[in-house]
Amino acid sequence: MRRLNPERTAKDKAAAAASKPAAFGEDIDLDQYIHDSDESPYQAEPSQLPAETKRQMLQVGVTFDDPSQRSGTIVQIDHSTIHSLSTQQGIEVMSTRQALEEYDWLSDYLWKAVAVDVDKYAAHVELGQSNGYFIRALPGSKSIYPVQACLYLSKARLAQKVHNIIIAEEGSELHIITGCTTALKGEPGLHIGVSEFYIKRGAVVSFTMIHSWAPEVAVRPRTGIIIEEEGVFLSNYVIMRPVQSLQMYPVARCVGANAAVRFNSIIAASPSSNMDVGSKVLLNAKGARTEIITRAITTGGNIIARGYIEGNVPDVKGHLECRGLILGDKGMIYAIPELKGTLAGVDLSHEAAVGKIAEEEIEYLMMRGLTREEATATIVRGFLRVDIEGLPAELNLELQRAIEMSEKDLM
Amino acid sequence: MNVESESVLEIKHLSVSVGDREILRGIDLNIRIGETHVLFGPNGSGKTTLLMAIIGSPKYQVTQGSIIFKGRNIVGLPIDERARLGIGMSLQRPPVIRGVKTRDIVAACVREQAKEEYITRLAERANLADFLDRDVNYGFSGGEIKRSELLQLLAQDPELALLDEPESGVDLENIALIGQLINELLHKEHPMRQRKHAGLIITHTGHILDYVNARTGYVLLDGRLICEGDPREILETIKSKGYRECWKCAG
Ligand SMILES: Nc1ncnc2c1ncn2[C@@H]1O[C@H](COP(=O)(O)OP(=O)(O)OP(=O)(O)O)[C@@H](O)[C@H]1O
Ligand SMILES: [Mg+2]
Repeated sequence: MRRLNPERTAKDKAAAAASKPAAFGEDIDLDQYIHDSDESPYQAEPSQLPAETKRQMLQVGVTFDDPSQRSGTIVQIDHSTIHSLSTQQGIEVMSTRQALEEYDWLSDYLWKAVAVDVDKYAAHVELGQSNGYFIRALPGSKSIYPVQACLYLSKARLAQKVHNIIIAEEGSELHIITGCTTALKGEPGLHIGVSEFYIKRGAVVSFTMIHSWAPEVAVRPRTGIIIEEEGVFLSNYVIMRPVQSLQMYPVARCVGANAAVRFNSIIAASPSSNMDVGSKVLLNAKGARTEIITRAITTGGNIIARGYIEGNVPDVKGHLECRGLILGDKGMIYAIPELKGTLAGVDLSHEAAVGKIAEEEIEYLMMRGLTREEATATIVRGFLRVDIEGLPAELNLELQRAIEMSEKDLM
Repeated sequence: MNVESESVLEIKHLSVSVGDREILRGIDLNIRIGETHVLFGPNGSGKTTLLMAIIGSPKYQVTQGSIIFKGRNIVGLPIDERARLGIGMSLQRPPVIRGVKTRDIVAACVREQAKEEYITRLAERANLADFLDRDVNYGFSGGEIKRSELLQLLAQDPELALLDEPESGVDLENIALIGQLINELLHKEHPMRQRKHAGLIITHTGHILDYVNARTGYVLLDGRLICEGDPREILETIKSKGYRECWKCAG
């Protein structure tokens, strides 16, 4: 049988899906955006970036002040990788463009975890100008400090297209913190980010993603994760600042026995933000397990919080928890937890609650001398505090700090 | 105890409703500095309602009368202002607050910049050192909840402590500890003359009287205070004859 050129096939499929709307979220007219951006120069010293840019990056967990706290760094502005460096043996960090030049075999990993024709957003990443990051942990390599990746949108009206490939080889441990943010103020922009994760046998990956966009920016991440035997994938997602329209629904497939996935999402929507965020896990191997935990807060924006767990083999376990808090008189939280079991021997459950802060809790704290506002802030802070197992303490702390920073703006 | 000191709490002709339902009718009660009073009464008679009205929970509406704390009518003040004036309350059934650590709530009680060390020491006294990093009341046993409430009050150090069944569901060994904590809270180690703190304690069993010296007892029946006297005598009567005897007094 003649082997088809995989790249051609992907291009063909993408072309066919170039105007295919996504299953969820408002349909975005891609013609409204510019699709190409000029190359920005490489920065050997990212600490030399403008102070305002660095401040924005710091808000999403990307720091250049203390490199000892990181295993590597990659920074992409629009479609240019302006810096990439690995400081840890066994970890490779480079742009996707460079990785494709270096590794022939990498094409085997393209569009395997995310279908190129899933919708027009994914398709345009294949069809148009794009870049992204490639992070790979070699077999058995273990890092404690995270690799930091920054995706920065600076050009007005640009559709920033990103294709990330993350590979954790057998027995490796890899932590990634991705901060996505923008320089845009009052001008539209679009971020499309495809991320494909390959977690090999016994590998552990934590992926902490912090988003900080702007009220005119639309965001369409497309993420797929494939987890082999005994592999672990931990996702922590935080978005607390305004965004015009966000829709994402990462899909994790547990294909090896005892694979484990955990999604923690912290979503806060201020007025005029529209967020449709979900996590989907397919438990396709014996002993696979998952937990999806979502905390959603609205101060006036709209949130759809989806969750889907499917159990297709015996001895799998999944739990979905979504709690939504409505602060104020406006805003909506629509929790849609879904479970599908296709045979006996699956153990799937969910709990969801949406409402305002219990008056009884506020009064209790007021009895201790806190004002109503202080009591409310304390309860909200507690609500957003999700203790994350399996995350290095330092990273956990950083995550809490990032949450606290945006908390102030939110309240 | 012949020093007639001034009132900490003076309740006059107080009526309280929840929704459209009148729960308390014409309560009169006076607690002076340094005194501890005890409130008895069958389930549903309105004991918790009285304490909630004093602390100012908005569900409990004062329809008549006044609540004078240290010479000032506090009816209408929000809960937190009453707390800051010096009123503290331990709840019969406090809520769980997920994500908020016991340490945080104890620190909030202290108000001024609380020293870690001070909080730890307090928690050790309440045998709750291991609970500081747990969510407030989450998964606490009945007895642990009671001790946690007292720990918070100790940190708050209120001039008037309102204790709603502080010993219900507490085993015999822990009652001694609860009694000790209440005595600390009420500054019982100080001589009466110097004592600045007062208390109003709801109890069903009266076990707490074995540890805490109380001056006056009341029986609350169907929203009215129908008896005022020596707390031990009242307890004995209730024990031997039940609240039937009290109904006779109520007429
Ligand atoms: N928030 C409320 N909503 C409706 N009814 C209430 C509320 N609080 C109290 N009540 C009613 O008021 C009455 C008195 O209740 P309260 O809690 O004061 O009784 P209690 O004397 O403390 O009883 P217990 O010994 O069982 O604790 C009860 O009939 C109760 O159902
Ligand atoms: Mg009661």
